[in-house]
Amino acid sequence: MAKRESTFTNMLVTLFVVTLVASTALAYVYEITKEPIEAAKLAKKLAAIDQVVSEYDNNPVEDMYSISTLTGSDSLEVYPARKNGELTGVAIRSFSKNGYNGLVWIMVGLKPDGEINDVAVIEHKETPGLGNKMSDPKFKNQFRNLDPKKENLTVKKDGGNIDAITAATISSRAFCDAVQLAVASYEKGGLR
Amino acid sequence: MSQWKNFNKGFIRENPVFVLLLGMCPTLGVTSTALNGLGMGLATLFVLLMSNIVVSLVKDFIPDKVRIPSFIVIIATFVTIVDLVMAGYVPVLHEQLGLFIPLIVVNCIVLGRAEAFASKHSFTSSLIDGLGMGLGFTFALTLLGSVREVIGSLSLFGYKFIEGDGVLVFILPPGAFLALGYLIAVMNKLKKA
Repeated sequence: MAKRESTFTNMLVTLFVVTLVASTALAYVYEITKEPIEAAKLAKKLAAIDQVVSEYDNNPVEDMYSISTLTGSDSLEVYPARKNGELTGVAIRSFSKNGYNGLVWIMVGLKPDGEINDVAVIEHKETPGLGNKMSDPKFKNQFRNLDPKKENLTVKKDGGNIDAITAATISSRAFCDAVQLAVASYEKGGLR
Repeated sequence: MSQWKNFNKGFIRENPVFVLLLGMCPTLGVTSTALNGLGMGLATLFVLLMSNIVVSLVKDFIPDKVRIPSFIVIIATFVTIVDLVMAGYVPVLHEQLGLFIPLIVVNCIVLGRAEAFASKHSFTSSLIDGLGMGLGFTFALTLLGSVREVIGSLSLFGYKFIEGDGVLVFILPPGAFLALGYLIAVMNKLKKA
């Protein structure tokens, strides 16, 4: 079969048909994958909440409310965990802009008395093999049961109590930064 | 050219990474671990295979002057499909590769094969070419990822075999260039032997 001539009409029709078929195919795939993508995101959020707060019988995602940060320019999501109506802890979704590569998102769990229960990493783009070691228990477990009022939540290089990850001080700093943001914002306006 | 030769040229003789030196962005960007390399390779394999098939089927209907835009739309469609499917069903891998998946669109190998091969050859030849090139790319990325992971983190596919830190520079971008350079040298030696 001979190739179609490059006339104006031919080109117009070809491109129109190609893009039409492409967009139809994409709309179809989008519809199919919409639910799994949302389920995966929710599962991740729930897993992070589960990791950082103790037992609860409510639905923290439904009870979520927002608090603003100290500067008031951003807001953080707070997931309260309750058992028999009593607050057993909160999970705060916090972030830092000071990472090595993009935002670092973490989930910070606080006990009702303000002590840190646990922290979990949600999302980051730090260097694999270096900064991504922030998910290792060796680093993040340092935050367990720390009282932010007594401890200095910065890396040792900055005079704090946290051992930074080898060769990833920037990522460690960002992590500490995000924890501090969660604690400070919650103290200021999160209690309810 | 026999179909077998057509298939296996992607591995050594015309390996997209080691010989043609195409698609360097994902090659250098994501290969910090063997698993990332494998994941990226397979995603590209799928896009390459599908776009080669479609381009070889529609080549007679597309006027010459708009062939590149048409090919890019076709490629971008498959890339977005891969992106969505990965986000939905393998979120862990998608998190690692997320940034680089959309970049498959501008990967020279994909457009290069569509333009240089699929738009001039039959359906079967294009399918085999896409498969061979894609597997060659996957092989190269996995190999590069393995080398960097073994030297840089002392592990392979996530399994640590020696405790401690490796030569950190191999995980960082300069290590990608170093490792790739040595691998190309080895490949050239093997080809001549």
